[in-house]
Amino acid sequence: MIEVEHLTKSYGRGNAVSDISFKVNKGEIVGFLGPNGAGKTTTMRIITGYLPATSGAARVAGFDVAEQSMEVRKRIGYLPEVPPLYPEMSVRDYLEFIARIKGVATADIASRSAYAMEATALTDRAEDLIKRLSRGYKQRVGIAQAIVHDPAVVILDEPTNGLDPNQIIEVRNLINQLAGEHTIILSTHILKEVEETCQRVVIINKGQIVAEDTPQNLSKQRAGSERTHLLIKGEAEAVKTMLTAIEGVSNVEASEKEGLLDVMVENPAGRDLRSQIAARVISGGFELYELRSESLSLEDVFRQLTT
Amino acid sequence: MKNILAIYRRELSSNFVSPIAYVVIGVFLVIVGLVFYFGIFTQLITKVMQYKMQAQQSGQGGDIDMPFLLIQQLMGFAATISLFMVPMLTMGSYAEERKRGTMEMLMTSPITELQIVLGKFLSGLTLYGLLVLPTLAYHLYIAKFSDPSFPWRIMWSAYLGIMLLGAVLIALGLFISSLTENQIIAGVVTFAVSLLLWLVNMFAADTSTTIGKALEYMSVIRHYEDFTRGIIDTTSLVFYVSLTLLGLFLTWQSLNSMRWRRA
Repeated sequence: MIEVEHLTKSYGRGNAVSDISFKVNKGEIVGFLGPNGAGKTTTMRIITGYLPATSGAARVAGFDVAEQSMEVRKRIGYLPEVPPLYPEMSVRDYLEFIARIKGVATADIASRSAYAMEATALTDRAEDLIKRLSRGYKQRVGIAQAIVHDPAVVILDEPTNGLDPNQIIEVRNLINQLAGEHTIILSTHILKEVEETCQRVVIINKGQIVAEDTPQNLSKQRAGSERTHLLIKGEAEAVKTMLTAIEGVSNVEASEKEGLLDVMVENPAGRDLRSQIAARVISGGFELYELRSESLSLEDVFRQLTT
Repeated sequence: MKNILAIYRRELSSNFVSPIAYVVIGVFLVIVGLVFYFGIFTQLITKVMQYKMQAQQSGQGGDIDMPFLLIQQLMGFAATISLFMVPMLTMGSYAEERKRGTMEMLMTSPITELQIVLGKFLSGLTLYGLLVLPTLAYHLYIAKFSDPSFPWRIMWSAYLGIMLLGAVLIALGLFISSLTENQIIAGVVTFAVSLLLWLVNMFAADTSTTIGKALEYMSVIRHYEDFTRGIIDTTSLVFYVSLTLLGLFLTWQSLNSMRWRRA
């Protein structure tokens, strides 16, 4: 649905985006992850046709964003970082205006805006002036305007930016509902968001793609080893000797913590040693208070890749 | 056409939801009303009285064309006040869109920049028309007491003139608004540039030289004075229409270049 090939955008000095290539399939939700200023917004603006690329190409539904901009614009719903609202308009008037300029047939304008309000739970606030709405509701209006013309592709730039935790969950649920019908690209610097909504992650740093995979695969691949954390009552040296003796354990570290031992057991990825560790601790006569495995979080992957 | 209309309607209704349109139109009408009564009407009557008395004493002198003088002075004054009002009507047009981020939405919608430019211009012109229209009441008032009959042709010519003048100022104001995100700057610069076009003939010390003639020709008010005398000159028509088109063209180019300027 979206094809980006060797896209580069340079400003005065340096590149905002350099030689980016990726694809998004129909119905997929792809997350753009990266620190602020990594080039997420620039890439999205090029795909929407707002900014021209310096070199490279981008296609939406087979149409080139530069050459066939109007065709692309008809098929894209776009929520910029700041929702593009007219504060003095009512929610309904605003959505009808957007529907009109997005090319919705006159006969369908009322029903399409009703649908967009329904989908974003704004129906109760249809007659309210946008300036009277809270931040969360304004964000919903922003999402409503991105889907009012039933676009094939929806591009959301930091859709949960500035929202409180409850509102974030609402918006996330909304995005999940949109999945399937629409192809969605969303950008964020919140990792949890990507883990919970996206099927695929593209991590961008300093204008370049540094990783691209499912959130699960990313966490697995990057983790060279698996870690198991234990809380044990016992003497540090004895515990260490005992655990190092287990086959496959590569490293054991122990530290005192509130009268207990906090032990970290490391072993190469792909082997689950938890039951063996538990059995050994018990048979050794130690008291086991806690045992949990820790895989590298997306957060760790992100930090590894972008610092 | 549908897109132009959509932009036009949104723009116009926004003006009437916010107090701007009411305030600007209200202030304009109050000022013109006060000046019409105390400045133009009362003074002219005094002058006419003096003239008549002199004429009686010396036993000579003809009639004065009062309606004509009233039209000319009223419309001249209305144009001057609109010089102050138009920047307030146009300053927010693009500046606010840019500030709110709605410009990005418009420019990623399947409408052309030219449609945006035309929709906004027509809306500005309509608003200006609504500003000027109520002054017709004064003419109707004059016409009621007019003897010989009221020179309607001159009045309509003056209104054509004030609309053409407005079109130039609006096109110019919209262009300047498209250059900045700050509507106060847009307003001030629009006012300054309008004033310059207004007074440019002042710089023409000697109107016999080519430069002098050119400066004289450039003054938007010189052409307007013809219209208030009932003279519809093709040169003036061409002057106003081409200045308006130039303003629209520059705005169009300014929108086009926005994509390239953004850093």
